[in-house]
Amino acid sequence: MENNQKIILEAINISKYFHDPLTIKVLNEVSFCMSKGDFVSIIGKSGCGKSTLLYILSTMDTDFEGDLKIDGISMKNKKGNYLAHIRNEKIGFVFQFHYLLNEFNVLKNVMLPGLKLNKKSYKEVEHDAYEKLKILGIEKEAFKMPNQLSGGQKQRVAIARSMINNPLIIMGDEPTGNLDKKNSEIVFNIFQELAHVYHQSLLIVTHDNEFASKTHRIIEMQDGKIIKSS
Amino acid sequence: MNIRLIWSVAKSLLLARWRQTMIAAIGVTFGITMFITLLSFMTGLNDLLDGLITNRTPHIRLYNEVQPNENQPIKLFYNSTNSLNFIHSLKPKNSLLRIYNYNAITEFLKNDERVLGFAPKITSQVFYNVGSVDLAGVINGIDVEAENKLFMFSDYVTDGNFMDLKYIPNSIILGKGLAEKMLANIGDVIQLTTGKGEQIKLKVVGFFQSGLMDFDKTQSFVTISSAQKMLGVSNNEITDIQIKLHNILDAPKLAKEYSKIFELNAIDIQTANAQFETGSSVRSLISYAVGITLLVVAGFGIYNILNMMIYEKMDSIAILKATGFSGKDVNTIFILIALSIGIFGGFLGLLGGFSLSYFIDQIPFNTAALPTIKTYPINYNPKFYVIGAVFSVITTYFAGFFPARKASKIDPVIIIRGK
Repeated sequence: MENNQKIILEAINISKYFHDPLTIKVLNEVSFCMSKGDFVSIIGKSGCGKSTLLYILSTMDTDFEGDLKIDGISMKNKKGNYLAHIRNEKIGFVFQFHYLLNEFNVLKNVMLPGLKLNKKSYKEVEHDAYEKLKILGIEKEAFKMPNQLSGGQKQRVAIARSMINNPLIIMGDEPTGNLDKKNSEIVFNIFQELAHVYHQSLLIVTHDNEFASKTHRIIEMQDGKIIKSS
Repeated sequence: MNIRLIWSVAKSLLLARWRQTMIAAIGVTFGITMFITLLSFMTGLNDLLDGLITNRTPHIRLYNEVQPNENQPIKLFYNSTNSLNFIHSLKPKNSLLRIYNYNAITEFLKNDERVLGFAPKITSQVFYNVGSVDLAGVINGIDVEAENKLFMFSDYVTDGNFMDLKYIPNSIILGKGLAEKMLANIGDVIQLTTGKGEQIKLKVVGFFQSGLMDFDKTQSFVTISSAQKMLGVSNNEITDIQIKLHNILDAPKLAKEYSKIFELNAIDIQTANAQFETGSSVRSLISYAVGITLLVVAGFGIYNILNMMIYEKMDSIAILKATGFSGKDVNTIFILIALSIGIFGGFLGLLGGFSLSYFIDQIPFNTAALPTIKTYPINYNPKFYVIGAVFSVITTYFAGFFPARKASKIDPVIIIRGK
């Protein structure tokens, strides 16, 4: 699959150090590519650097060595505003914790990144947001506040939010880490549906091997290095 | 930048903690209210005290002083550059301290654009006769209408009608303190002796109260023509010309100019009353200082609340950044929050300040020294409201500046990893 597909994410020799309290090399020359439509999981023991890698790949962490290319463009030495724009337009993010804004209702939460992108009218973004909620089967909760939802529902809202700008790639940092078995399954099925039906590229960090085994490709990390990449 | 979106986020953050927002706004409101009230009241009071002097004091007074002639007769005989005349025991000539070329001066002043108006006056020492007692005092011959127009004469005539002075021949308005000493009532006829020994009977038509006790104990007013008759001088002789200017600050300069032109003594109000200006400027300085302190304190309140809000909203800020809001957007959000607190609180403060000063304006304030004042004085100068409004926006902007910058620098990774 990846041979004839366009490469959307490319990590080239990425190294990262933590300086406090001692200088530790947490990532050691990590390189890999991801093509459009890939459903990739990164696994590894806790502390192996997989989340750190993800934050670098998401452009939120800019303090690293090596290079990162998203959609063929290097992210090295770019201004904060530009990176924010890239995150907004090309990357959807799902965290372990749902991170919804309690001040806004579900629909507005999903809409915010779309409004920020400012490419469509308010009405269109609203319509899109509603469609995304429909895909995730929670359109009935659209006008509730986040704190009225269950954990699983919140995570689905977060996924809807990550999809609102039809991003190049959706990244997940232990998206099922906080959920029970049943909700984890629902969330996983959603990811799978996104990958298969909508050909959405997904990059999920997880320590749940069962979850990872169902993805297209597994990258296993240990001590800041990729030890296995299928 | 999509300002509508930024504003909607700012609004939601504001309203989500509306109690805190209210407290911050109330801080500003209180500050502005007190600022405006304080300044209005203080300035009102200043104006009142200044008015005590400026209402009654001409900006420039032209007069003749008792002084020996500079050109003594000896000069005509021995006037060379290499001799010096010494004259001992020089005395001034006995003449009325009158202004001779009154009509010419009048013409000149009428055509001078800097002059608001002028009132001629003739003053003389007299003795008020109360039975066998003679009270020393001063009688002022005034042009009633000019005096009223320029120096608010009517405000100070507490009993009787000031215009009676003009319409009733041989009438007099006595200083309140003087009338009490003389046991004179309106309608009574009193007797006084001029400096030349002539005795004159005059009818009391009113009492005058300036607020300056010593003044009221000695002074009385008649018309210019009565005074001239009493003193036996011709009807174009006066002793003082009181000038009011459009701009009080021109007084020292013009006084010098007039003194030269008319060859008279001229004294300006600043020289004559140096103490009052110092007093009022120090008082306004203090009120501004206190008012601005109040606003700065309110600013620190906003700073605290915004700082707290940022700690509380750390997660929200992180997620906004993770989903594509830039540091600048976050910065703008918090500046907007601060400014809306400032504008809302400031607006209420302006209303509050007006209400409170209006309320103070209604409180009765009676003092014997100030017959025209019935309530506490308030100056509703729009300047204070403009300063208050501008200052509330500026302080809140600065109060929001540092928290906003802090928020814009929050690293989303640290927040998100921390969970």
